[in-house]
Amino acid sequence: MPTLEVDGKNFEVDEEGYLQDWTQWNENIAKRMAKDDGLDLSDSHWEVIRFLREYFEKYQIAPMIKILTKEIGKTMGPEKGNTKYLYELYPAGPAKQACRYAGLPKPTGCV
Amino acid sequence: MAKTPKPDELSKIDYAPPQSAWMDTPAELKEGNWCYGAKPKNLETLHFPNPREWRVQDEDWKLPENWQEIILKGMKDLLDKYRSFRVFMDICVRCGACADKCHFFIGSGDPKNMPVLRAELLRSVYRGNFTKAGKILGKLAGARELTYSVLKEWWYYFFQCTECRRCSVFCPYGIDTAEITMMGRELLNLLGLNTDWISGPAANCYMKGNHLGLEPHTIVGNLEYMLDDIETVTGIKITPTFNRKGAEILFVTPSGDLFADPGTYTCMGYLMLFHELGLDYTWSTYASEGGNFGFFTSNELAKRLNSKIYAEAKRLGVKWILGGECGHMWRVLNQYMDTWNGPADFLQVPKSPITGTVFENAKSTKMVHIAEFTADLIKNGKLKLDKSRNDNLKVTFHDSCNTSRGMGIFEEPRYIINNTCNHFYEMDELTTREKTFCCGSGSGLNAGENMEIRMRGGLPRANAVKDVVDKYGVNMVANICAIDRAVLTASLDYWVPGTGVTGVHELVANALIMKGEQPRTTNLRGMPLPGTEGQE
Repeated sequence: MPTLEVDGKNFEVDEEGYLQDWTQWNENIAKRMAKDDGLDLSDSHWEVIRFLREYFEKYQIAPMIKILTKEIGKTMGPEKGNTKYLYELYPAGPAKQACRYAGLPKPTGCV
Repeated sequence: MAKTPKPDELSKIDYAPPQSAWMDTPAELKEGNWCYGAKPKNLETLHFPNPREWRVQDEDWKLPENWQEIILKGMKDLLDKYRSFRVFMDICVRCGACADKCHFFIGSGDPKNMPVLRAELLRSVYRGNFTKAGKILGKLAGARELTYSVLKEWWYYFFQCTECRRCSVFCPYGIDTAEITMMGRELLNLLGLNTDWISGPAANCYMKGNHLGLEPHTIVGNLEYMLDDIETVTGIKITPTFNRKGAEILFVTPSGDLFADPGTYTCMGYLMLFHELGLDYTWSTYASEGGNFGFFTSNELAKRLNSKIYAEAKRLGVKWILGGECGHMWRVLNQYMDTWNGPADFLQVPKSPITGTVFENAKSTKMVHIAEFTADLIKNGKLKLDKSRNDNLKVTFHDSCNTSRGMGIFEEPRYIINNTCNHFYEMDELTTREKTFCCGSGSGLNAGENMEIRMRGGLPRANAVKDVVDKYGVNMVANICAIDRAVLTASLDYWVPGTGVTGVHELVANALIMKGEQPRTTNLRGMPLPGTEGQE
């Protein structure tokens, strides 16, 4: 299984770089993943990552986009509660890129 | 992950077969055309054999030493169990009527995607081991040995068939190539050779009742967000019930509708319709999946995953079951459920409490398709519909393989669309109804890493869509399947950008005039309704 090295420790990831065990996550893992994509994580990025982690803890799955945009809109202002804003932050898509940085597995099924 | 070629590159298809004979041309497993192998944790959850870490691109797939013996024994068992399988192995005359009917062959030009040759991959091993002629004459009789390379070829091509059964419509013998693929996958699973995009959802379904792994409180939470949106659009507060004993009807739908756009809008459509009717129904957080990725794995697993539907109907004491917009779910429900998990003699023959119509066609399964249910409501004048609310749409209808070829649902969705939209246009008749083209990624092929073959397989359908886009300005493709909603969104974005995808019940909900609703200014997607643009 592929691994990602962060701070001298190896973390198991899947073929597309998603962390295998979400409980192993720490902020430096997100920073490392972002750096590999040529992205600097701003406060706005972290807001999304933190929301995703909190949501996952409660629900054991990443939120659907509808929930993500609404909740981001609530905490960060209505002008940010839309997919356009999220795609500006995470060009490869909030569901994929942001979830990966947050250490969550990707959803599967009829999606 | 392989980079997907651009449409202009991918549409240059080479139909010239290789110089060497097919048996002498080993399959080259090209990235972008296969899915990642099943992860050990998912196979363990399902109690499937040979859970281990393995990579498709590696030489060694970490198989048990006696893997040939396992496959041949498995093949014998299947031949003994299913007469259809033996017949399909024996009767093909290789006339080639099916050859150019497969969306994967049309989109790839790979001769092994001709249904006849895909079946021949298995048939050749059958001949070599189970027929006298094949045993004696070998290659002369079209027989071959089961080698490692043959096994890899099976894996590659049986996961490049979507079990859509279009080829079967054209076969003069009625050979069902989907069943051959199903047998092929069943054999591969004896060695732990599934894809993870199938075994993952199947494992989720086995543990949590649905492919996505939605917990009960997540299902409720997701629906609550949708109900919020419905209230914003209509001013109506809806409070559905969950796991309610004594409800008249149990409603089961694919979990994709509970999670992913644009399926969520279809789901809002169900919620609004049932509310308006005052239907005595309940959602279930246990039977929370109509789809069945077990069906893409093995007969036994499909049966196991499906059993919760009748079990929940019995537990709740409902009279009958209503099912949402899904494709393969209906192939399972309509053609397998009764004999797998039935008889459901604790249920009644479904009768619409609104119109009194008795659904005689569902008297064995006790489960009605929502398109039948809603078409009957409209036919009996029970819904007030304002078609003009969908005037921004020029709609075409994509028949899902399983509801069309698997159960003959042709008219109902069209009847609903014609009663909810003013602008409806049919695609070319060679690509609709029983001749419909697959969306391109059914039967568990809708992953991210096999995008090249998905786009190739999606080309014929997209091509027919492009035709009505060019002729009539079509901008929305309606369908009654959750996989369609996910898959067409990607393939149309690739081949015919700017074309939207919708479930039929989203169209119903937008047109539905509800009692006590506020004047609507937007549709369910939050877009201004035609005629209200620019108004506040």
